[in-house]
Amino acid sequence: MKKQLLLGNAAVAQGAYEAGVVVVSSYPGTPSTEITECMVKYPEVEIEWSPNEKVSAEVAIGASFAGGRAMSCCKHVGLNVMADPVFTASYTGVNGGLVFCVADDPGMHSSQNEQDSRHYAKASKTLMLEPSDSRECKEFTKLAFELSEEYDVPVFIRLTTRVAHSQSTVEISEREEISLKPYEKDISKRVMMPASAIKRHEVVEERQRKLVGYAENTPLNFIENNKMSVGVIASGITYMYAKEALGDRVNYLKLGMVYPLPEKLITDFAKLCDTVYVIEELDPFIEEHCRALGVNVIGKEKFTYLGEYTCAMIKDAVLGEHALQFKAPLENIPVRPPVMCAGCPHCGTFYVLKKLGLTVSGDIGCYTLGAVTPLASVDTTVCMGASIGMAFGMSKVRGKDFTKKLVSVIGDSTFIHSGITGLIDIVYNKGINTVIILDNSITGMTGHQDNPTTGKTIRGEATKQVDLVKLCHAVGVDHVVVADPFDVKNFEKTVKDEIEREEPSVIIAQRPCALLKTVKYSGNCVITDKCRNCKMCTKLGCPAILNSSNSPKIDKTQCNGCGLCINVCPFGAIEKS
Amino acid sequence: MNGTKNILIVGVGGQGTLLASRILGNVVIKEGYDVKVSEVHGMSQRGGSVVTYVKYGDKVFSPIIDKGEADIILAFELLEAYRALPYLKIGGKMIINTQKISPMPVISGAAKYPSDIEKKLSEAADLTALDALDIALKVGNIKTLNVVLIGVMAKNTDIPYKSWLDTIEKTVPQKLLDVNLRAFDAGYNLN
Repeated sequence: MKKQLLLGNAAVAQGAYEAGVVVVSSYPGTPSTEITECMVKYPEVEIEWSPNEKVSAEVAIGASFAGGRAMSCCKHVGLNVMADPVFTASYTGVNGGLVFCVADDPGMHSSQNEQDSRHYAKASKTLMLEPSDSRECKEFTKLAFELSEEYDVPVFIRLTTRVAHSQSTVEISEREEISLKPYEKDISKRVMMPASAIKRHEVVEERQRKLVGYAENTPLNFIENNKMSVGVIASGITYMYAKEALGDRVNYLKLGMVYPLPEKLITDFAKLCDTVYVIEELDPFIEEHCRALGVNVIGKEKFTYLGEYTCAMIKDAVLGEHALQFKAPLENIPVRPPVMCAGCPHCGTFYVLKKLGLTVSGDIGCYTLGAVTPLASVDTTVCMGASIGMAFGMSKVRGKDFTKKLVSVIGDSTFIHSGITGLIDIVYNKGINTVIILDNSITGMTGHQDNPTTGKTIRGEATKQVDLVKLCHAVGVDHVVVADPFDVKNFEKTVKDEIEREEPSVIIAQRPCALLKTVKYSGNCVITDKCRNCKMCTKLGCPAILNSSNSPKIDKTQCNGCGLCINVCPFGAIEKS
Repeated sequence: MNGTKNILIVGVGGQGTLLASRILGNVVIKEGYDVKVSEVHGMSQRGGSVVTYVKYGDKVFSPIIDKGEADIILAFELLEAYRALPYLKIGGKMIINTQKISPMPVISGAAKYPSDIEKKLSEAADLTALDALDIALKVGNIKTLNVVLIGVMAKNTDIPYKSWLDTIEKTVPQKLLDVNLRAFDAGYNLN
C-alpha cells in the first residue's frame, strides 16, 4: 500500500474508485467539485457533469437500478435541487450501491446559506456517514457502497469545507472490480405509485430499525474512555478540533455515522461521565437526539449555531481555558474581498446596467460580485436559476413601467441548470421581461467546468453544443439578440431596445471568461496625458485600474490588455502599449 | 517532536500559494511526519485573500491554526502578512515577500494601503523580508516566486536540504525543474 497526501474530496473519489464505482454524475458546487474532477483520471468510470443536481441524482439512481455502483456529488444547496428523486430512492432502495456525497459549508466560504444537510438523512430515512479526515473519507466511501447494498438504502457521505478541502494521508489500494448485479424488472420496488409505495414505506420503517441496530454496533461509532468526568460527543471535523483542544482530559464518543444515531451507545456513554458536551457545527442535530433519549447534554447553550468552530472556542467552553496570547495590528486593515478579474466580460455588462440605472435580478456565479461597489448593480441573489422567476414575480407586483427598468442576469451554466424553466414561465404566462444570459463559455465560479453550452464533456471530448439562441426561440422567445458586453456602446443600445419591448426577450452577452487558456489579450492598457480625471474607467470594477486623487492609474502587473477601459473612456485617453 | 509545527501561508488568489503548500506537505510526509494541509478554494481565483494551513508532527488532529499558534508565517504579499500577524505565536518567525497588491477598497479609493507595514512587523515579530519577485526574476522565471519563499522557509525548519530538493523534483514539471531548483537555492542561501 502507498501513502499519499490527499484532499478530502480526492479521498472520496479514491474510495469510490476502489469500491468499483461505475458511474459518477454531478453538478459542480464548492466545496464538492474536486470529487468528480478527480474521477477524470479513471477511464473505466463513466463520469459526467450533469445539467443540474436533480438530473445527476437521477442518472446515479438509474445506474444503481441497472446494477452498477453509482455516486452523485453536490454542495449542500445542490442537495435541495436533488431532493425530489433522493427521497423516493429511499423507498425504492438500490440494486448496485448508491452513494450521495454532500458537502456543507459552515462559515459560508462560498455559499449563499449555511444549511445543515444532516436533516436530509433523517427526513429521507436513509443513512449518513461523516468522515473527519481524508483517511476516513476514503474508508467511509468504500463502506458506504457496501452498506447501501447490504441494507438496500441510498447512503449519504456528508463533508464540511474543512474536511473536503484539507489534505491528510491516505493509504491507496487497488480497485475492486465488482460485476454488475443482474437487472430484473420489479415494478413493486421501482414504480412508485401509491399501491407499491405504501408497501415500500413499511420496508423503509423496518429498515430504519435495522439501521439503528447497526449504529449501536458499528466500529464507526466508538467510545474513548479516558476515565474522566467530562464527556464529549462529536463527529466530522469537530471531533478533530475537540481531540486537539482537549486531548486526554475528557472521554469521547466519536460518531462516524450521524444518521440514524445510536441510542444505547449514547446512554451508556453518558453513564461514564458527570457532564456531557455535544460539539457540532450548525444545528443541534445530535444534541436534540440526546435530549429525546433523556440524556442531559450541554450543546447550543455553550456553542454557537453560526459559522465554524475552532479549537480555542472548544477549549474555552469545556475547560474554561482561554486562548493563547497574540499580537494584533493597531489599525484597521482594508479587507480584500474577491473581485471580478481583469478582463472579465461581466465588468462590461454591469457597467452598462449600472449606467442605465436598472433593477437587476441576479443569480449564482462569479457575477454575483456585480452586487458590490463599484459595479453595485445586482439587486437580488437567492439560488441557482432564481433570477428569472423572481424578476417575473417583481413584474407581477410592480407592473409594466417597472418591468421596463428591470433585467435578469444569469450565467450560461446556471441558465441550463434551472433558468430555462423560469424563461418558459415568462413566455407561457404572458410576461414581457428581458433576460440577459451571461455566456462566458464556461462554468466559471467553481473553477472552469464544461457544461452543455461549451461543446465539451467533463473529459474534454467534443460533443453537441446546446445552441442558446435556438433554445430561447424554441421556448417561444421571438427576440433573441447576441451582443458583446465589451462593445459598450452597442451593448447599451441593445439593452435599451430590449427592455422597451412589450414581449419577452433574451440578450446573450457573449464573451469568454478572461481566465480561459484560449483567451489571449495582448499588451497593456496605459492612461495617457489626455486623461481629464473623469473616472469613468474606475467604474468598471477592474482590479487593474487604481483610483487615485489625481488621474487613475493602470497597474501593469494586473492588466491583461483586454481593452474594455479604452471603450469607456470618453476622451480617448487610454491606449494599448 | 513536541506538539505540532504550524506554518501559515498567506497571499492573494493567483500567487501560487497552493503549490507552496503542496511542496511543504509532501516534504514533511517524506520525513515520516503526520501532516494536514488545509486551504479554502472557491473564491480564491478572484483575487481574494488566500490562507493555507500546514501542520505536521507525530500526530495532527485539527487542520486549522488558531490565533497565536503559527510557528512560521510565510506571506506572499505585504498587506496579507500584516493581516495574518495575530496568528503568529509569540516569538514566532515571519517571512514576507514585500510585494504590494492593492485590494478593492484601496483600488476604489475607499481605503488606504497601510504604510510602513514592514517596520511595524519587524517590531512585532522575528522578521525576514525580501523582494521575492525580484529574486524570481533574476533566477529567470517570475512564477518561481513561491519556490524562492519556500527556500527561505526551509532554512527555518529541521528538514534536511536534500529532502526539499527531492520533493521539488517530484512536484514541479520537468522542463521547469532547473529554474525552480535555482529559485529554491536563492531563497535557502539568502543572507
